[in-house]
Amino acid sequence: MIMNKFVLYGGFLAFGLFGPLLFPAYTSQISILWLMVVFALTWDIMGGQMGYNSLGNIFFFGIGMYACSLVQIGLYFDVAQYTAHSGSVKVDFTSEQYFTGFFLGLIVAAVVATLLAVVFGWIVFGLRGPYFAIGTLGVAIAAGELIGTWDYVGGGGGISLPGYPGDTDGTLFYYYIMFGLSVATFLFLKWLYASRFSLAINAIRDDEEKAEGMGIQTKRYKTVAWSISAFFLGISGGIFGNMTGFIEPLEVAFPTVTFGIFMVLMALLGGKGTLWGPIVGAILFHVIKELTWTYLLGWQWIALGALIVINVVFFQQGIVGWMQDKWPEKFGIEVDTQLGADDEPATEAAK
Amino acid sequence: MNDMIEVSGVSKSYGGVVANHDVSMKVPEGKITGLIGPNGSGKTTLFNSIVGYHPIDNGSIKFEGQEISDMRVQEIARLGMLRTFQQTRIYSKMNCVQNMLISVPHRNASFSDMFKKYPAEVTEKAEHLLDFVGLFSKRKLISGNLSFGQQKLLEFAMALMNEPKVLLLDEPTAGINPTLINGLIDRLKRANTEFGITLFVIEHNMRVVMNLADNVYCLAHGEMLAHGTPEEIQSDQNVIDAYLGAH
Repeated sequence: MIMNKFVLYGGFLAFGLFGPLLFPAYTSQISILWLMVVFALTWDIMGGQMGYNSLGNIFFFGIGMYACSLVQIGLYFDVAQYTAHSGSVKVDFTSEQYFTGFFLGLIVAAVVATLLAVVFGWIVFGLRGPYFAIGTLGVAIAAGELIGTWDYVGGGGGISLPGYPGDTDGTLFYYYIMFGLSVATFLFLKWLYASRFSLAINAIRDDEEKAEGMGIQTKRYKTVAWSISAFFLGISGGIFGNMTGFIEPLEVAFPTVTFGIFMVLMALLGGKGTLWGPIVGAILFHVIKELTWTYLLGWQWIALGALIVINVVFFQQGIVGWMQDKWPEKFGIEVDTQLGADDEPATEAAK
Repeated sequence: MNDMIEVSGVSKSYGGVVANHDVSMKVPEGKITGLIGPNGSGKTTLFNSIVGYHPIDNGSIKFEGQEISDMRVQEIARLGMLRTFQQTRIYSKMNCVQNMLISVPHRNASFSDMFKKYPAEVTEKAEHLLDFVGLFSKRKLISGNLSFGQQKLLEFAMALMNEPKVLLLDEPTAGINPTLINGLIDRLKRANTEFGITLFVIEHNMRVVMNLADNVYCLAHGEMLAHGTPEEIQSDQNVIDAYLGAH
């Protein structure tokens, strides 16, 4: 068992660290893979562990992207002037300017996304079930449209971000930042799910009214759960914006129908409510998506749609969920072997 | 003798249906108080009013002298008043021990407590209480797979884990195997005497009420019909009429 874990973690780490060196042509693809892992893991905090199916988590991704970009630009230029000339003038930042802005931007992205999660949590946590899903979707779509009309941040035309300093295009740099983020997200959630936090949000998933009746501070847990999602999504948005080099509201920052839905699908495919499910789902989904885009071009959305239908209709528990049903003992789940309650206490203390 | 719960003049209607009208009653500290009444007489509505599931139309509800009729469910629960449900409610995808652990009292939970792990003695206490209700051998099972009666026992154990001052039980013996009912009565009494929990019990099973309660209230058509010791209630002509349907 320890050996298995060693192989598992070691394998991931080795692939993460050396993958782009071995397959340099796929560096961007693997970066996106780690982004997908972050997406699925953060969606699952709410959707899987807490039973709140958010369709609007992409909101925090987009907010993080804009927050980071504006800090990067705003530190050295007048933002309105910069965005007005966006596209026609390519500004070169010095290394120091670039990296100061980038890392400061990521911090601001995380903070802004987290704060907005608290604010919006206050509003949308009054909603339950499908209403919560639609409510959060509305927030994400509205945010994209609103930013599209805000000329200060480039409006619908978007912003061309400062280029990566030096000779390379920074692909490898962003890769390791993104990989680091996915590892940090995973380790944080692994720690979080071992604390009473996990039991509390599972309790909210199973029966929120009962949880309230038992005195659990449900609103506090829900708000913190969403803030954690937002924190990591905000950072991922900041990184992704710099990876693409150009951001605009609808396709890049708030892509509700692509990334926004992918994060739900990946968690469902891998098995929601488990730590490893979203990771397995993200990897499988990304590989299938890239393969269909390469070999089934023209049919790729249909293939993806078919996968979604099969997943939702025949395979709701997802891959890891199915494995748990099949081999419960491997996951530390016990199944009943005897019927009836104990008539007599089993330990002396209770007699 | 202090009164834990003091209900005075409480009315509650759903649209045109008057579920409780001008109900007054007291639950004395350290005792077991029973609440009986025919189906639809407003017993569960009264429970829901007391624990804050819905606002009341009129009247006042006090817990340890503090007005609670305008407080929310969680706040009241954290004061130390819990209820169990007629339709048993547990966290069905978690195992029994996890159900117990998350039921620890949340009265003084600080922000950082959310991220703590459970100390060994809390787990021990959870297992001890599961043993107390007879679920020790089931403690690692997913609670949703337990039988209805077992889930009811688990819900009772979860309530004990929360260390309430008052526990409101909505038909604790309904759906439980008759041979286990005696054991359950014994456990309810021990919860009262050993853990010092004041009990307020809705019960249809007359044998259980007469065995268990120190004093009994009887509701009929949303109004408080009678109050007294089990013996007095049993021989009260109004109560007999209410159960037989006479007016």
